[in-house]
Amino acid sequence: MEALVASAVGIMTAAGIFLILRRRTFPVILGLSLITYAVNVFLFATGRLALNAPAVLNKYEDVPYTDPLPQALVLTAIVISFGMTAVIVMIALSAYLSSKDDHIDMSPQDSVDAPGEDA
Amino acid sequence: MNHWIVAPIVLPAILAPFIIMVLRYHLDLQRIFSVSGVIALLGIALTITAQASGGEILVYELGNWPAPFGIVMVLDRLSAMMVLLTALLALPIVLYAIASGWDERGKHFHALFHFQLMGVCGAFLTGDAFNLFVFFEVLLIASYGLMTHGGGSVRLKSGVQYVAYNLLGSTLFLFALGTIYGVTGTLNMADIAVRVAEIPAEDTALLRVGAVLLLLVFCIKAAVLPLHFWLPASYANAPLPVAALFAIMTKVGAYSIIRMYTLAFGPEVEATQGLVGDWLQPAALVTLAVGAIGILGSQHIARMVAFCAIASMGTLLIAISQFTPDATAAALYYVFHSTLATALLFLVADLVMERRGGAIAPTTPMPQSGLISALFFVGAIAMAGMPPLSGFIGKLLVLDASRDASDATAVWAVILIGSFVTIVGLARAGTLIFWKSHDTQVVTVEDPVDGEEVPAPVAPEPQPGLAITAVFGLVAGLILLTLFAGPALEYTSKTAGQLFAPENYISAVLGGEE
Repeated sequence: MEALVASAVGIMTAAGIFLILRRRTFPVILGLSLITYAVNVFLFATGRLALNAPAVLNKYEDVPYTDPLPQALVLTAIVISFGMTAVIVMIALSAYLSSKDDHIDMSPQDSVDAPGEDA
Repeated sequence: MNHWIVAPIVLPAILAPFIIMVLRYHLDLQRIFSVSGVIALLGIALTITAQASGGEILVYELGNWPAPFGIVMVLDRLSAMMVLLTALLALPIVLYAIASGWDERGKHFHALFHFQLMGVCGAFLTGDAFNLFVFFEVLLIASYGLMTHGGGSVRLKSGVQYVAYNLLGSTLFLFALGTIYGVTGTLNMADIAVRVAEIPAEDTALLRVGAVLLLLVFCIKAAVLPLHFWLPASYANAPLPVAALFAIMTKVGAYSIIRMYTLAFGPEVEATQGLVGDWLQPAALVTLAVGAIGILGSQHIARMVAFCAIASMGTLLIAISQFTPDATAAALYYVFHSTLATALLFLVADLVMERRGGAIAPTTPMPQSGLISALFFVGAIAMAGMPPLSGFIGKLLVLDASRDASDATAVWAVILIGSFVTIVGLARAGTLIFWKSHDTQVVTVEDPVDGEEVPAPVAPEPQPGLAITAVFGLVAGLILLTLFAGPALEYTSKTAGQLFAPENYISAVLGGEE
């Protein structure tokens, strides 16, 4: 169980980092999504893995329970990363549409030394 | 409970949606509400600074949940000072953005501006590590909007890089928080401090990983080498008034380093002892060096100012990384100075770019050249750390505080040579932009009537006086900081004293209301 979760986090992170190092925006965004999935699973596991256990304490008997806080953190993280991914998709799309080029780095004709001149 | 503490977050949080939803089509009303909002924020910041300056640490429990369970806002001298700095910086910038017409070049400038202020103030006030992450995201998502404000393909492209880099930084933040939560079982900063001190020395490997991951995240924010790559392109391509506001964003990273690594992973904590300072110090030295070289090598005024921002972060982090009360007091004074000086130079760069383009090369003479070159001169003196302005006092304090450090020679050499290179770089830029352009032999155009080469005409004056007044506001800030260096330093020394006695913070947060 632990090995499965750990390797899932590891493989997703590795794949995400590989994709982030690509040169075009689409794979980079996919890579960022993969890494955010990896971090969500990782956060979920920080409360330790417990199977079939409720997320509340039982007042009357000592039964196993799972830590509810990481689940709340994961919810926040999912919402934020979802929103951020939407933002980067929109910005990348408008950058692509306005420059007809989806490379993540600046091309020579973008003339790095003349920023904002076309605004 | 003292509700003033949460006011710097609530006010922009209400104002920004109000501007979007009610004043969407009324630019004049947006401007009025936006400026009034910033003035109100300044009033609130002065109030809470007055409350915090007594030395008492005030805690605000959101939803009245007691500390380790609910989220707390904590007001001490440091957070009050940073909120005050944010408000002081925001006022001239919002006035400048209005006067220069930047706020009408795209939609929702004022709403995003206030969301940004909300995120920054929240990051300064929160006492909970996960809440810090959330406020980082608030200020980042607002900054994405501001950074691409006005559009244009170059700006959008650098916007993609900026968002991707920061998204990765946010993910790293979550990994760090997850690791720390996994070890300590809490995310309240004061509670983390208590738990970290209790962990036996042989079980601290995972905790150290968490602490270093967290440091990396803050270093990305603070643009410390080698994590600074996002800064020059993003700041130079952003609308420059926005870049001036972003001068506070790198300071959020510096603030977080000071906060977390004096409170939770402080110098006397065995688990992480020496870990942070040892890594941060060389990185800060290299940051200053690369910033200074970047200033010398830039071909564009906006990029040059972006490298100024990097260099000043280097100086700041050299002071922070010593983790002694003296050096921290110097660092806090320098935070104030470098934020105002960076913002000033960005606004001057915008004045220059609006009139003649930003290339550091002789071009057509521009209107109001004398006034703008004087402002540039003031900004350059402040940034390079020459007397008589506050940069000199700030650097002197940093040098003085690092006199007893083990590697004082390296620190002194890098700061002094870095300052020299900065002076040369800024002098080069000023000469090429302001003096060579007045040499009418340099730039000529062909006369349409008789075909002779004649000196290029001066472009008509593009901007009203309010923009210049706003820039002078920042100059006034620097001058006041110089004149009242004594009281300011007294405040920052007391702040440093408070920071290096974390037990008061912990008992204020966790002691609660039994």
